[in-house]
Amino acid sequence: MKELKEELKNKIIEELNLGHLSVQDISDSDPLFKEGLGLDSIDALELIVMLDKDYGIKLNDPTKARKVFESIENLASYINKNRLR
Amino acid sequence: MSSIYISSNNIISSLGFNTKENIHKIKKGISGIKFHRNFGYMYEYTAKVENKILNEKFSKIGANKDYTKLEKMMILSLNDTISKSPFSITKDTALIISTTKGNIDMLGSKNSKLHSDRVYLTKLGEVVKKFFKFYNDPIIICNACVSGVLGITVAKKLIKNKNYKNAFVVAGDIVSNFTLSGFKSLQAISNKPCSPYSKNRNGISLGEAAVSVAISSKINSKNIAEIIGEGESNDANHISGPSRNGEGLFKSINKALNMACLSGNEIEYICAHGTATVYNDEMEAQAFNRLNMQDIPLNSLKGYFGHTLGAAGLLETIIATKSMNNNYLYKSYGFNKIGLTLPLNIIKKNQKKNLSIILKTASGFGGSNVAILIKKCKN
Amino acid sequence: MQELKKKQNIFHYCKIEKNSVLLNDKLIISEDKSILFSEFSKILYQQIKLNYPKFFKMDDLSKLALITSEYLLTNYFKKTKKPNDISIILSNKSSSLNTDKEFQKTIDNKDNYFPSPSLFVYTLPNISIGEICIRHKFTGGNIFFISENFNSKLINEYASSIIKNRKNSIVLCGWVDFNKDDFKAFMYIASVNYFNKITTNYIDQLFK
Repeated sequence: MKELKEELKNKIIEELNLGHLSVQDISDSDPLFKEGLGLDSIDALELIVMLDKDYGIKLNDPTKARKVFESIENLASYINKNRLR
Repeated sequence: MSSIYISSNNIISSLGFNTKENIHKIKKGISGIKFHRNFGYMYEYTAKVENKILNEKFSKIGANKDYTKLEKMMILSLNDTISKSPFSITKDTALIISTTKGNIDMLGSKNSKLHSDRVYLTKLGEVVKKFFKFYNDPIIICNACVSGVLGITVAKKLIKNKNYKNAFVVAGDIVSNFTLSGFKSLQAISNKPCSPYSKNRNGISLGEAAVSVAISSKINSKNIAEIIGEGESNDANHISGPSRNGEGLFKSINKALNMACLSGNEIEYICAHGTATVYNDEMEAQAFNRLNMQDIPLNSLKGYFGHTLGAAGLLETIIATKSMNNNYLYKSYGFNKIGLTLPLNIIKKNQKKNLSIILKTASGFGGSNVAILIKKCKN
Repeated sequence: MQELKKKQNIFHYCKIEKNSVLLNDKLIISEDKSILFSEFSKILYQQIKLNYPKFFKMDDLSKLALITSEYLLTNYFKKTKKPNDISIILSNKSSSLNTDKEFQKTIDNKDNYFPSPSLFVYTLPNISIGEICIRHKFTGGNIFFISENFNSKLINEYASSIIKNRKNSIVLCGWVDFNKDDFKAFMYIASVNYFNKITTNYIDQLFK
């Protein structure tokens, strides 16, 4: 799980263009949206694409997505449970 | 007077190849949105212009192999408009082209016999200019879904400023893999034909169209509408989502009213933007209520044509104008039960109404909002 | 020389092209021509102390537009208050083609089809205007024109019609184009003060 969390932090910085941040700046439990990293609705959609492309998970329910994307911790455990790749 | 007048016009869409055909289908309650297999593998509800008929008609004025679909649509439309126009092309005539993505289908196309630089909007403009031998280089507007209405407001500004005497405006966009995929990635494509303002609405249905009008400052018996005011304002909020309280739209409509020296309660019909996304329609409800316009009969025409992007604003302006001149309101197609937090007076069935002043609005990505006021001509 | 000085006081502009920044005739940044825009834009971001994390999410066209406007507006409104109803007229030849091509890559292959929403939202050139409006809360009207070359005549005509309608209007005008590795931005401020004194010839000379 630790490796996955690290991988996710790198992916988020890369794919969501958070070029001003480094992996150390992202904690496991900090909120990703609104406060914390301040991601927005487009970022959420991009994360949905990432889930499909890199892990084979199709997440279309926006309410479920909100919970999954709450933090790196949530995201990593969700991927662990559901990944096909 | 600083007004300008719209006279001859043409619509090429999923509902027909001239304005009369389109109006006839709308009156009969026919929508152009159908379940299509797009680009070989995407099954979605879209409203397309029939290729076979387009090519048949175009072959009478040009060689099909030398033009893209959008170019054929635009040229065919302009050909009709110019032939019926009260003025002809001179060095004081502007050519205004509105589009969001132009020949974007050229990007993914590996088999096209046309040069890849056709994807440049300047090349598209050159093709249209050359066909009709316009004197001036086209003024090309690329401003998201308000481009169509901006075609009219740009003509008005430049004519009023005496930079041109008159103008032909053509607006168009096609349904492409590019835009269909893009809106899908935003989860903005409806899984059923779009239902503007309705409960359970969940997105747009894409459509394609090319539309054209002749615009001048001269009074003429062919004039069908007078544009008496306009207003624009950016939400300054988010690049793809509208402002929650409809600030930009609110400001645009107020600017238009001020310019025309009118108050909101003098408007008799609103042809709104109504894309059928959750956020757009709600934003419009906010703006119209803030202006106390919630009782004015209102519709979205996107249930008939789909969202035709760069063509939408001009296409819908023509339909709204015909509506006004026919003293007839067309129902907001696709509407079922209202799904907004504030009321709007959605037109539920076709009905007669005396109309002389109407409002057309449009909103688009990038936070743009435009409003124009249209008045019946005395002739 | 006097005439030129007078013009300099009235006409405010910023030009950014590989890899330098010119602000009102003063060369304020000049970097090695070989560095890519991704690096160059970071240098400018730090130099002007932009402090705006949203910058990194933008596509290159919007980054270029935002940075150019930042230099221009920071300087222009050094002593006066920035109004909210500034109108914006921008133009280019390539529309959003660079980003269009990036987005196209995500849908080209039917078997690896993953359209990117964060790329798609930038596949309209007027988004660059939207980003400027969001940053400064500008609520005036906007328009993006496409032309083969910078058309100072059209932009001036359009800007003057805005200003005739409201005398105290400020209009941010210009050209911002991004095509593969070639980029050029040229923005200036039009106001009622300058129309009688600044010719399109003068503007075209500065654009070159």
